[in-house]
Amino acid sequence: MRDIATLDIWITIVCLGLGSFGLRFVFLGLIGDRPLPGWVLRHLRYTAVAVLPGLVAPMVVWPPATGGALDLPRMTAACVTILAGLVTRNVLVAIVSGAAALYLMLYLVG
Amino acid sequence: MTPETTNSTYWQGVRAGAPFILVLVPFATLFGVVATEAGFTLLETIAFSALVVAGASQFTAVQLLSEHAPTLIVIVTALAVNLRMAMYSASLTPHLGRAPLGKRALVAFFMVDQAYASAILAYEKHPRWSVAQKLPFYFGAITPLVPLWLVFTIVGALVGSAIPPEFALDFAVPITFLAMIAPMLRTAAHVAAALVAIAVSLSLAFIPYGLGLLVAGAAGMIAGGQVELMQARRAEARL
Repeated sequence: MRDIATLDIWITIVCLGLGSFGLRFVFLGLIGDRPLPGWVLRHLRYTAVAVLPGLVAPMVVWPPATGGALDLPRMTAACVTILAGLVTRNVLVAIVSGAAALYLMLYLVG
Repeated sequence: MTPETTNSTYWQGVRAGAPFILVLVPFATLFGVVATEAGFTLLETIAFSALVVAGASQFTAVQLLSEHAPTLIVIVTALAVNLRMAMYSASLTPHLGRAPLGKRALVAFFMVDQAYASAILAYEKHPRWSVAQKLPFYFGAITPLVPLWLVFTIVGALVGSAIPPEFALDFAVPITFLAMIAPMLRTAAHVAAALVAIAVSLSLAFIPYGLGLLVAGAAGMIAGGQVELMQARRAEARL
């Protein structure tokens, strides 16, 4: 049943391991305690708040699980998660609310 | 603010990381299931989670390997999905750059979205923390996460396809990330960064291999930086 070459898998694992570490280490390791210029810092403040929504947006609008079709339960769950997070400022409450909304909608809509 | 000991920031980190167990467990399990279904052995699946420690990259690699993409393409694509880690690395540098090299290497090896998000949130909330307080917070945040990442990869590999699709585990990732983002939207600049990134990411969704996300991330960061600058100038003009 398996038709992937063992060597390919191990080459991928080792190169991905080294490459992922390289990506994570590049700035922390090389720049260290040299001060970064102000304009760099000003942009870095918005890394997380830009990259994470960018990563998630296509998954919400075109979920792979539905073959890319807009999905009411998943869209509702995403909105409930954001609202709960905005109102409570609490990550766990937002996750639990989002999951509850997802299961409730999946149960109702089917 | 009362001075906080190293020990107390470690435990604050543990408490900040702990909620993510809820989403990391299904995510890790799902990876074990997917890799096993693609024909990976238990050892290969474990090696993947232990050495790469990056869910999105791992899923991408397994998917492309089972599509028989050339190995080089698999590696480059999976790394591109993980390029955001370079941005995290840059973003943590002002906070942790003064730590010893070995510790910085450990921070890098265990860098995952949830640890980064918890840490940067805490560092912004506590600008007066020293490196000796920031570092334990980070290691605290990964303490409940990384070991479980491995354990539940193994669980997933062992239970295989026993988890029915009705559990909608696919949506564990978006919900976690959205839950992390919402509390960060404190200023107009943060909101602008998020909205611009979403708009660009959606309009560039046709670009394969996660490259659209890089452009979206950069656009969002520039938007945030510009709004901050405009607000600072306006505040100055009022003085």
